[in-house]
Amino acid sequence: MHGRPRKAPKPEDLAAFSAKAEKLRILQSQFLSNHHQKIYTKEAVELSAKLLEINPECYTAWNYRKLAVQHNLFESNLDPDAVNSILNDELRVVENALRQNFKSYGAWYHRKWVLNKGHSSIENELRLLDKLQNVDPRNFHAWNYRRFVAALLNRSDEDELNHTQDLIDKNISNYSAWHNRSVLVSNLMKKKVQAFSQKDEVLIREYELVRDAVFTDEDDQSGWFYHLWLLDQTVKAESPLLTSSWPAHGSDITLSGDRYLDLGSSPFNTYHFDSGSLLLILYFNQAVEGVNVSTVTVSSGFNVNKDVIWKPILSNNSKTAHVWVGQLKFPKVELDSLGAYTLEVTLGHSQGIISSGGFHYSHPSHFSFTVHVQPAKKEPVDGFGSEKISWRDENFHIYEPDSLQSDLVLPLDHLSIKNEHELSDSSWQEKIIDEEISNFRELLDCKIGKLTLARLLTARDALVSSDKSVHSEEVLRLYSELMKLDPPHSQFYKDEHSLILFEKVISGRESLLSYCFRYRNLTSSSSSNPICLRLNGLSLSRLGSFEKLLWVQMLDLSHNELRSIEGLEAMQLLSHLNLSKNKLGSFTSLESLRHLKSLKVLDLSYNEIGAHSVDTTRYLCSSPLCHSIGRSEWDGSEIVTDGVSLVSYWEAFFILKGLKLTQLDITGNAIADEKFTAFLAEVLPALKWLDGVQLN
Amino acid sequence: MGELVVDKHVKYILSVEKRKDSFESVVLEHLRMNGAYWGLTTLDLLGKLDALDSNEVIQWIMKCQHESGLLDLYSIMGGVAFCYAGGFAGNIGHDPHLLYTLSAVQVLALFDKLNVLDADKVANCILICFSSVTFEIVCPLFEILLFGSLKIKISSIPIQLIIGHPFLGLLNFMPDISGLQNEDGSFSGDEWGEVDSRFPYLAICCLSILHRLDKMNVEKAVNYIASCKNVDGGFGCTPGGESHAGQIFCCVGALAITGSLHHVDKDLLGWWLCERQVKSGGLNGRPEKLPDVCYSWWVLSSLIMIDRVHWINKDKLVKFILNCQDTENGGISDRPEDAVDVFHTYFGVAGSLMAFYYLLFHCKHFLKATRATNSTLNS
Repeated sequence: MHGRPRKAPKPEDLAAFSAKAEKLRILQSQFLSNHHQKIYTKEAVELSAKLLEINPECYTAWNYRKLAVQHNLFESNLDPDAVNSILNDELRVVENALRQNFKSYGAWYHRKWVLNKGHSSIENELRLLDKLQNVDPRNFHAWNYRRFVAALLNRSDEDELNHTQDLIDKNISNYSAWHNRSVLVSNLMKKKVQAFSQKDEVLIREYELVRDAVFTDEDDQSGWFYHLWLLDQTVKAESPLLTSSWPAHGSDITLSGDRYLDLGSSPFNTYHFDSGSLLLILYFNQAVEGVNVSTVTVSSGFNVNKDVIWKPILSNNSKTAHVWVGQLKFPKVELDSLGAYTLEVTLGHSQGIISSGGFHYSHPSHFSFTVHVQPAKKEPVDGFGSEKISWRDENFHIYEPDSLQSDLVLPLDHLSIKNEHELSDSSWQEKIIDEEISNFRELLDCKIGKLTLARLLTARDALVSSDKSVHSEEVLRLYSELMKLDPPHSQFYKDEHSLILFEKVISGRESLLSYCFRYRNLTSSSSSNPICLRLNGLSLSRLGSFEKLLWVQMLDLSHNELRSIEGLEAMQLLSHLNLSKNKLGSFTSLESLRHLKSLKVLDLSYNEIGAHSVDTTRYLCSSPLCHSIGRSEWDGSEIVTDGVSLVSYWEAFFILKGLKLTQLDITGNAIADEKFTAFLAEVLPALKWLDGVQLN
Repeated sequence: MGELVVDKHVKYILSVEKRKDSFESVVLEHLRMNGAYWGLTTLDLLGKLDALDSNEVIQWIMKCQHESGLLDLYSIMGGVAFCYAGGFAGNIGHDPHLLYTLSAVQVLALFDKLNVLDADKVANCILICFSSVTFEIVCPLFEILLFGSLKIKISSIPIQLIIGHPFLGLLNFMPDISGLQNEDGSFSGDEWGEVDSRFPYLAICCLSILHRLDKMNVEKAVNYIASCKNVDGGFGCTPGGESHAGQIFCCVGALAITGSLHHVDKDLLGWWLCERQVKSGGLNGRPEKLPDVCYSWWVLSSLIMIDRVHWINKDKLVKFILNCQDTENGGISDRPEDAVDVFHTYFGVAGSLMAFYYLLFHCKHFLKATRATNSTLNS
């Protein structure tokens, strides 16, 4: 019941209604009786038509009519006149029903069913549609039917595009027409039909059209989404690309089997390796599949096992991933002597790496780096990793690279991958976006003007190959203004703001260095404690730009407003992570942690875990409830500890069980009662510190 | 802010059940199964499910199940010979359809009486003949349960979902019939072949409640849904169809249940969905349309599934829903001052509770508020 006023019916109306109801009831029971007895006489069929005219949603009556049509076609011996008359009757009944209810799924489908029998003509159907679309230009049944008819009767996309143009000319805020236009233009561009073969020309034409819509009525949403789609079409690279790697191109890596390092090593590029293997991390701009020994070549001047096994960092049931990790094994004998080795990684020379959109990696690229191996001393020293980590401010000291080390910090600036061929010319993209930027600077008194400008400026910055975000200050200001201008959606703008802020903070050597700290030891040169990137207290609600942070081993994100850490799984080297005092609402929001196999120290204290009765990340987590995990793993009878079954804390178990945490802080969350901490102590055998208390 | 007039809504729903002779109830006779789901779930959400005799309801539901095959000469001629056995109709005497099959299964789950069903028979019917449903039917129940501790009674079901329903373990035998799904992975609503992206959702939801999801080709169904995605991030009925909040709920729901939400552009769809909130606080189903209480459910639950629900203002939404209540006679309508019906009463109650529970966390009076809600709900 839509749009019917609420009022008590008058007595005389009541009587009329009840007479009407009685008539309909009789009709319905007669019809059902005919249906059950398979009676398809003229009278019986006519009765179903009467019923459908009053109640087009009575689906059983449509089914009955289909049976009757089949019966009568069979009886007619396919005499053309008889067939025509049978099918014409159906088209007439559908039209009558649609007059009663324009939104009847059953009626529309019945017409498709008749048409599939090869009856009626395109002129006929378009005439009917024009009539109906005139009455309601947004009716999505009519639009669906139009697409069906156009496909069935081979009407060209160009003709249909002209039709959307007519409707847009009539009413520029017809979202349905804009939608259909996006479908048709996509098709025509894909097929490279004449006049659609030059992408830039098509886009310029469409920008002009949609600008009219946005500037005519800035509150009309039809243009909003179309414009965003055009922007996406303008900047989106079709084929996938490697955006960054670890080790970075041109970097010097020191692999140490020891806790303490000799002079001259930088904490920026020193990594422990106990297993005798080195991690290689590839970060692609799109999720890809097909990374393996035949698509990625690792070459070196020494005897290294080149059979790298590549694994995707996957969430959900996806087959494609942004991040791929390879394990490079060093032969044991090499480790006994201190030495330096140069390795080169190349990819894209042969086909096989394919994006989720079906595009091949087509730009051969490579990166190279040097690995210094420092064998372990005979006596292991009890150092970093066995003591309790305290994230208090006084334990951190800003990192000041001395002259010896300054060049070792350099790799932070060198994240870019070398592509062997220049990527396609981007000047047309810059031109289009600059044009749009100057147009939208004139629409700054409304929210869509500000939002579109912010998006255009962000896209413009991304086109420039340098690491500098020229417009980030302006974009941040625009999002701050939007938060005030449009309070109901302020959290949306806040999240966008946060992404830009995060990228700004970690981009560029100067900025990044001001967030780099040393843990505890002032005499930096004698310690191998890694650098801690401290991005705490920035009121971040969202994170991004992980491709620039692959090197980070120790990260402090405390005192922010994070609800989720999606994407953090890219930081494969993370061993220490502080997420204290955020807004994390559940363990399912921490799914990324499952992929961080090096993680040892984790602080989740003072979040909102267990406080929310609606878990907004449950479906984003590849949980057992999503059927992506074998049920055998989830035997509910597995009782973990006295009176606490796995089932009660399955999310925590699911996220944490694969990690070898030595230190965990969980206090200050609704879930963290005595029972829960006992459960954790039970399921995490490697744990030494829980909420600051040493475990036995 | 006003409050949910719980008692009146309960009374209203019980009265609708009794008023079988009004014109509306005759017009809607063919979808009484959906009505039963809407009404009974509302009662359950309000903690009053015991106001009805469950045995009577279950007996009626089972009368709507088609027990014998309905093989028919003309269907065979048309190349579509189907065994209806196991499917449910919208009412006694009507044809079976996936729409009503899901509602029937959901109501049985509500009463914790799935054991009266032969799950394999129903699953076979879904995989062989059906896959369609009107999105009006779809199933908040499942989501409410999975979103976790809404703590409304049926708390035992999530556990069963994890460890497998005990009686279902016995039913391992099922022929491989996944080949009967359409080539492109799509489903149709009944034997007559209507294809729509609502249908895979209905099939997936139903099979997942019955623990028979492994019997269908999930990947194909997921790919079909992905092909219905639009450049605005939303989903339409068929490839190329315009985005619509109800359709989006079905597609996102199906992707959620199958762990395939990577097919969704969460930021783009999130923006489209959060822009459904209009000045009054209500949500519309498409751009430039009027707000309607039923979209509180479609939009809100879609936003929750993609973790973007903080992008709308829940307070204003709850206010809009409460304004659509008939505070005198109970029931909720599509917009303030319109006539109420069971459909909108259900979506209004489910939407406001969902939004309300979500709000609770943010006001840090969680325990206090929960107690307050419980006393409201139990009063």
